Amino acid sequence: MNVVAVAAPPPVPLALMDVLQITLLVLVGAGATAVALIRSPVRQVIALSAYGLLLALLFLAFQAPDVTLSELCIGAVALPILLLLALAKVRRREE
Amino acid sequence: MTAAQRRWLFLAGAAGFAAFYLWGLTGLPGFGHYPGPYGDIINRIAVAQTNATGVVSAVNFEYRGFDTVAEEYILFVAAIGVSTVLRQLRGERERAARDEAVGRRVPPTSDAVRVLSLMLIGPTLVMGWFLASHAQTSPSGGFQGGVVLATSFILLYLAGEFLVFERVSPLDITDAVGAVGAGGFAAIGITAVGLGLAYLTNFLPLGSTPGAVSSSGTIALISFFVGLEVGAAFVLIVSELLEQTLLLRHRS
Repeated sequence: MNVVAVAAPPPVPLALMDVLQITLLVLVGAGATAVALIRSPVRQVIALSAYGLLLALLFLAFQAPDVTLSELCIGAVALPILLLLALAKVRRREE
Repeated sequence: MTAAQRRWLFLAGAAGFAAFYLWGLTGLPGFGHYPGPYGDIINRIAVAQTNATGVVSAVNFEYRGFDTVAEEYILFVAAIGVSTVLRQLRGERERAARDEAVGRRVPPTSDAVRVLSLMLIGPTLVMGWFLASHAQTSPSGGFQGGVVLATSFILLYLAGEFLVFERVSPLDITDAVGAVGAGGFAAIGITAVGLGLAYLTNFLPLGSTPGAVSSSGTIALISFFVGLEVGAAFVLIVSELLEQTLLLRHRS
């Protein structure tokens, strides 16, 4: 194949995209506030993971798929795992 | 300082911050308006220059490859730091968690978690491999791929036991893979220097078709090495933390 087919993405109505972006911005703001307000560390980590997922969706809506992938890996998976392990260790020492 | 004084101090600071912040916002370019020339130039020339249709990867591993080397070594050094800080100290010894509380029955991992983890290990491995090896054609790359690859090892821990996890990812091999990944990136750059080019110059043939997996010369190769390094670093960090949590005890 010599011809590179670059498929144009199907056109999304502009207003719809705006609504999606604004909704996600509001959700991210709410998520960040929730993470900051939750007092129990374990629940906070779970909320942080959900917040990472929201941020990833936000980046996707703003057309940055590469940042989306990084945020999914780090914010929604790797960081919560590390924090949960650290919490488990601290808790064991306290017992 | 009384509580009221503290509150006034905070309010004054917050008001000052808000004023400067809003002032700064008014000076920003409009939403969606990109003023600089670099992005537009890169968008126009990147595919033709590198034969990589994943322009983000072309930027990461080619145009600003030198920055990426440093970023990769940040993670490498962080992993070394974690394994140094979390090494077995003199006052600690390894012991399985079983006799910690005699008589207390530890609930076994549920079958649902085990089956789900086992089912996901294969697809996760393939996905990670796909991401790490397709930086040149998609907005992925070695970094994301490496983390996803490491996730499949964590699933293995969920499905089985820590000892299985440790047996499948022995520390020596993980270290070696990480070192090969980190060194490979730098070695590609130095090879270019050996050929009389600037550090990290793309010296491999670019292939004839932009968007083919075999195109883009060193970009694909660098992404592969980054995937190795990142995957190994994450497996190393997680296994060090698991070891801390599950095996190491204070000598009492």
